[in-house]
Amino acid sequence: MEKDIIQKLKDSGLTGRGGAGFPAGVKWEAVKNASQKFSVKTYIICNAAEGEPDVFKDKFILDNYLPEIINGIKIALNTFENSVAYIYLNHNYYDESKDKIERTASGLPISLVKKPDKYIAGEETSVIEVIEGKRPEPRLKPPYPTEAGLWGGPTLINNVETFYYVSKVSKGEYKNTRFFCVSGDVKNKGVFELSENFTVKEILRQTQNFPEADFFVQVGGGACGQILLTNELNQPVCGAGSIVVYDKEKTDLFELMKKWADFFIKGNCDKCVPCREGVYRISEMVKTRKIDKKILEDLCFVLENTSFCPLGKSAAISFKSLINKLIIPTGKLF
Amino acid sequence: MKIYINNKKIKVREGQTIFEACKENGIEIPTLCFHPDLKVKAYCRICVVQIEGRKGLYAACSTKTEEGMKITTESEEISRARKINLELIFSQHQEECYDCVWNSRCQLLELAKKYEVEINKFQDRKKRYPVYNFGPVQKPILNFDSTKCIDCRNCVEICEKQGVGFLELQERGNFTEVFPSEKKEKDCVYCGQCITHCPAGSFEAEGEFEEIEKPFRENNGKLIIFQIAPSIRTSIGEEFGMEHGTAITDKLVAGIKKLGADKVFDVSVGADFTTIEEAKELKEKLETGQNMPMFTSCCPAWVKYVEFYYPEFMPNLTSARSPQMMSAGLIKTYFSEKNNISPENIFLVSVMPCISKKYEIQRPELEINGAKLIDYVMTTRELARLFIKRKIDLNKIKPQKADSPFASPSGAGVIYGASGGVMESVLRTAHKDITGKELKKIEFKEARGKAGIKGANIYMGNREVRIAVASGLGNGKKILESLKKSPNLYDCIEVMACPGGCVGGGGQPLPTSAEIRKKRAEGLYKIDKKGKVRLAHKNPEVKEIYKNFLTNERIIREICHTTYSKKEKK
Repeated sequence: MEKDIIQKLKDSGLTGRGGAGFPAGVKWEAVKNASQKFSVKTYIICNAAEGEPDVFKDKFILDNYLPEIINGIKIALNTFENSVAYIYLNHNYYDESKDKIERTASGLPISLVKKPDKYIAGEETSVIEVIEGKRPEPRLKPPYPTEAGLWGGPTLINNVETFYYVSKVSKGEYKNTRFFCVSGDVKNKGVFELSENFTVKEILRQTQNFPEADFFVQVGGGACGQILLTNELNQPVCGAGSIVVYDKEKTDLFELMKKWADFFIKGNCDKCVPCREGVYRISEMVKTRKIDKKILEDLCFVLENTSFCPLGKSAAISFKSLINKLIIPTGKLF
Repeated sequence: MKIYINNKKIKVREGQTIFEACKENGIEIPTLCFHPDLKVKAYCRICVVQIEGRKGLYAACSTKTEEGMKITTESEEISRARKINLELIFSQHQEECYDCVWNSRCQLLELAKKYEVEINKFQDRKKRYPVYNFGPVQKPILNFDSTKCIDCRNCVEICEKQGVGFLELQERGNFTEVFPSEKKEKDCVYCGQCITHCPAGSFEAEGEFEEIEKPFRENNGKLIIFQIAPSIRTSIGEEFGMEHGTAITDKLVAGIKKLGADKVFDVSVGADFTTIEEAKELKEKLETGQNMPMFTSCCPAWVKYVEFYYPEFMPNLTSARSPQMMSAGLIKTYFSEKNNISPENIFLVSVMPCISKKYEIQRPELEINGAKLIDYVMTTRELARLFIKRKIDLNKIKPQKADSPFASPSGAGVIYGASGGVMESVLRTAHKDITGKELKKIEFKEARGKAGIKGANIYMGNREVRIAVASGLGNGKKILESLKKSPNLYDCIEVMACPGGCVGGGGQPLPTSAEIRKKRAEGLYKIDKKGKVRLAHKNPEVKEIYKNFLTNERIIREICHTTYSKKEKK
């Protein structure tokens, strides 16, 4: 039995890599407590649902570090008594890697589940719904999955990258790094494992991706991430570990916004008003290439403040930052 | 636990939501998708409030209170969010307030006024969406106008809860929306609970607006007879601002007379015939033990549910006709003969709390001499609308008695409108049939109340009769499933498709809730309690007809009984 992995995780400062950045040790402890308190079956879910544009680090980790991931899950299986695990996979990854993963995980109580092709199906409570055979829709919280998740049991749900690092932490090999996807108008597109404290600028420099031409970036996901200008690059990457570089001259901002809108409209669950209708109205507006600033502000306001789940809340971030930083200063289009 | 709402200290119980705490303390929070019969879904995001120290706004319906929580329920920010979300909701909803089941009293319009909503800020997204008809193609029973749907999914939930699951979510382009199921094994049974649980008026009975004048326009000089269901006497008053549960039988009769009806009969008298026939059948079945347990069959949605979803249980349904059909049959035979009016020269209209009664009158099994018995079924809402249209105010009208020979029901016939009422009425009469003695204590409280499933063991002399009463089809389904496993659980089972029975019917005034249904039922029980005749078999009008008309088995079978057949989706 792994000794004191929870303490080790806490000491390491490892945070969840699904985007929300919740301290891993605290989450594991909560599951452990719930598991002991109710002494019921405990569920472990390794989330490899990855589905946002320009984010592809989970795939990279699955392709390159599968044994480490499985080891991370095994540590969890050993930590929580009477537990079973699921690996929840993006539908493409499932089709490509199912056999390989099953081979690597053989002998362990690990099942594979294919994610429906819908972005919201990657949100943690939606993942639980899907495994239970329901529609991919977020649940009301509380109760949190740590207490009452899959089939009502205590549930640990961590990103695939988190499990990779759990393995590293347990071996004492964790060096506060994380995986970053760098893409867009760059020369050296790829996934890079670098210090988690690196700023956007440092990452671009370190990976030989700092553009020569004038540019802006979208950081923290190719749809939900915020837009940063070149004078804002001295900050670390928040949210999903991705940086997309856009050539300022060549990029059609409305096409970019259309890409986001299409993504959200297809990927959301349609149950709450601000996300279903707000995203639709933004997408209609973007299509006309005319932005009514007042209406957009209103829509972003309800998305950010009243959406049911983080998807709707994050949908506002990208539009708001792009319009405030790149469209308003030009004085056009209003 | 203590919390603060708008700076006022309030005591709450562990696990209470902000909305519940506010409601208990008279603090108003607007809601739309919230319905007391359903789970908290938190989809509409109208009930949002602020919590000190937390970013963003929180849905009051779904957020649990916590010790020391400081909540603000009205602020500029909250009003802004509510207004914008309402505008987005209106962008889905094609307004047709002039013909809406809510009679312009919906929450949407109320909130629009309160939050100064621009209801046409955005173009209606669903303008070209279809209207789906449910029921026979020639004569649909109800419809779903998806141009009005605001995607709260209450209908899907209630349909599922009813054990029907005909309304389901499907993808339409980029949206997940409500559709009637195309699956062969799913069909609507016309309970109409989608109508009473939709905040946006997307569902309505077929002809609910267009056809209400029909009885007075298309009667071709025939004798116009109206017959009124037991439960509507304590619900229709709501449409005229009366307290829930106010009994206004005689005012209702007067109103209908003023509309131009020649005769008004009380279907509760028909219910007395149903009671007598059903009690007789119960006695027989208890003796032979065949096709036990016996099921009631007054509710046509329940009947179709059995015929469609559980045909193996059809032999359990009592063959006694429902009250509406019982009295219709007697009107078209006994009354007709006695008064020398050919049945073709009678235009018969029922006023029912119910959508599926519109379907029941189309059943070929219920024809007599090859003719349909009832020309039109009007719901409580439809009749109220007609009164309002004709400026007939039930508050002010001078009461009038219903007409003989269907004027004076027993109390047993009146309580048919509440869940458990049929059972209680049948037990009152069956006791006499089985033991030869009248009951000392007439009331069967075990059958009353709002529980979804009620059960009891009743003694009739030495004989134990095990009863179950279910309201809400989902509860009926539960009983059927338990009978599949243990067929010998009960002797007699009453099922009403709607929660609370007919008082919660799909044709009743909006809104509905357990509290409202309870008051409507109490109104009926009060009538029973005050009445002189409380047993169906003691009703002089009924006795008279048995004595002079229903004198042999053949005629009783023809007028008072029916058959069932397996139904398939067409």
